[in-house]
Amino acid sequence: MSTLLACDGLSMRFGGLVALNQLSLSVNEGEILGLIGPNGSGKTTFFNVITGIYQASEGRVDYRGQDLARMSAQEIYRAGVTRTFQRSRLCLPLSIFDNLMIGNHRRLDHSLWFNLIRRGAFQAQFEGQYAAAQALVRTFSQSLSVRLFEPAASVNMIDRRRIEICRALISQPTLLLLDEPSAGMTHEETRELMDDILIVREHMPGLAIIIIEHEMNVIERITERCIVLNYGQKICEGPYARVAADREVQEAYLGTE
Amino acid sequence: MKRLFDPASAAPALISMAGVTLFAVLFLHAESQSAILGLCIGMAVALFLLARFGWNALATASFAGHSRTAQASVVAGVLVIAAVFYDQHFPLLMLASVLLYIVVCLGLNIQFGYAGVVNFAGAAFFGIGCYTAAVLTNHTALPHLLVVLAGGLMAAVIGSLLILPVLRTYGHYAALITIAFGILFRVFLEVNDALGGPQGMKLPGMEIFGWKLNDGLVFGETEISFYANYVLLALAMAAVAFMLVRRLERSWIGLALDAVRLDETACAAFGIDVARWKITAFTLGNFLAGLAGAVYAMMTGFVAPNSFTFGDSLILVSIVLLGGIGNPWGLTVAAAVVVMLPEKLQFIQEYRLLLYAGLVILILLFRPGGLMPRQVRDYLPGWKP
Repeated sequence: MSTLLACDGLSMRFGGLVALNQLSLSVNEGEILGLIGPNGSGKTTFFNVITGIYQASEGRVDYRGQDLARMSAQEIYRAGVTRTFQRSRLCLPLSIFDNLMIGNHRRLDHSLWFNLIRRGAFQAQFEGQYAAAQALVRTFSQSLSVRLFEPAASVNMIDRRRIEICRALISQPTLLLLDEPSAGMTHEETRELMDDILIVREHMPGLAIIIIEHEMNVIERITERCIVLNYGQKICEGPYARVAADREVQEAYLGTE
Repeated sequence: MKRLFDPASAAPALISMAGVTLFAVLFLHAESQSAILGLCIGMAVALFLLARFGWNALATASFAGHSRTAQASVVAGVLVIAAVFYDQHFPLLMLASVLLYIVVCLGLNIQFGYAGVVNFAGAAFFGIGCYTAAVLTNHTALPHLLVVLAGGLMAAVIGSLLILPVLRTYGHYAALITIAFGILFRVFLEVNDALGGPQGMKLPGMEIFGWKLNDGLVFGETEISFYANYVLLALAMAAVAFMLVRRLERSWIGLALDAVRLDETACAAFGIDVARWKITAFTLGNFLAGLAGAVYAMMTGFVAPNSFTFGDSLILVSIVLLGGIGNPWGLTVAAAVVVMLPEKLQFIQEYRLLLYAGLVILILLFRPGGLMPRQVRDYLPGWKP
């Protein structure tokens, strides 16, 4: 298995606050990596740095021969890295289909000529995209897939989460970053969602996923390897069972006596 | 998917349009203030009653199902009104003004309704079109169609001066920049003697391929007002602009603009270039305002700084807000009401800004989507999965 993403000495400082401290880690192609750690340990900051929302203070992020730490958010998305957000960031007044197509931006034709004048060609592209969007959403929810032209505001939290994940998947990325997908869901709903993600992954060989999660049974079930962060540093790495048994990890979560 | 024309389901839309046309004719025809006021109150009551009995939902569905027919019926309605008042200058001038205001507001709608770029200098960009036409017709022999195009281009180019500060600011601050620009523009005109200073400039009527729009047609005894020519031209412009704005909304570009307005962080995460789309929307909008301005100037034959005040810009913004942000149909209706009402009801004239301010506040409080709220994007009208 070859390495897809490799961070080397990645740091992120906000003034005096060190959110990421000399972090080095790697993700293999097709792997599901769990990123865990107490609140404020730098997990979401890590996502924001490798997706270009924050500019890293120092360090490199190698991804297929490119350095993500020196690229803009747009370039990183075009290179095939997509994400979901911890708090839902859907455009609620727009339809579900619209929201999915926002995630598909790099594969749509945005020229004025194509969109305003060549409406026949536009219709062909639209119909292709509609079929693809419906097929993807159907993997997650049959009932949602027939409601694509309803406003995103009209569906419940679980469906919104599903739409967000579909939005991140529809452009067929190579690396998917999931930021607490189970937040606000019941155990049963979370389990269903994870099953759906695993099904989608079977159709996208090579797709690597980094998942931030507080539900340890989710981490245990779907990840192949875990990395534990504390105060912006990696304190442990390995399969879930080993990580969970680690003394330093337990101290980070529960505190020392 | 082609649908056969179905008279029964198109009827509510056609009947509504006929009703609106009839009302417009009566309204424009009425002379006494009491009759006009009576008509307005009558219309308001009628609209309220129709809404109570579910007519609005019926008509809306009918309009949605027959968008082509509905658009054609609006064009026909304008032509009917023009035909009724064929020999009267004033109603035709008003009609042409409404149509040109619609073009400007369609531009503002792209900026404000789609991309979320506020522009409180709409009248200034309209004015750039007016003054470009005045200068070019007085000092060059450029064909007038090119003068109109130049008006649009000039507004777009001057607008690009504002792009940098507008991109670097958000919300209120971006609004302040456009307000400052509008005031600056007017002061610049007033002190600039080459442009006629506060007195403004005169300019000749429009001429397209030898067709002099300022000459009224004469058929034996009957003479048709020359403003009818401008109504036809403005109608053609408004129809084309309307169609293009509709297509823009119903495309990937419209989607990108909406995304820019709603969530810039999500945009960045999905490769949507916020600056590119704000620039596109701002430039397109100013271009439309400039086009309309150039025609307006040649129609009225006169330009002066006093026509492009901050108050005029506010009226343009209030048209977009009242009609329903992002809905071209809404601003069409609102433009007609906002332009014609104070012209006919003279006692409103002095208080019109107060009246619109009050209306906008009421709308924002009780119906934030405007009179005709925008619906979810329908990429291909009539298309069903």
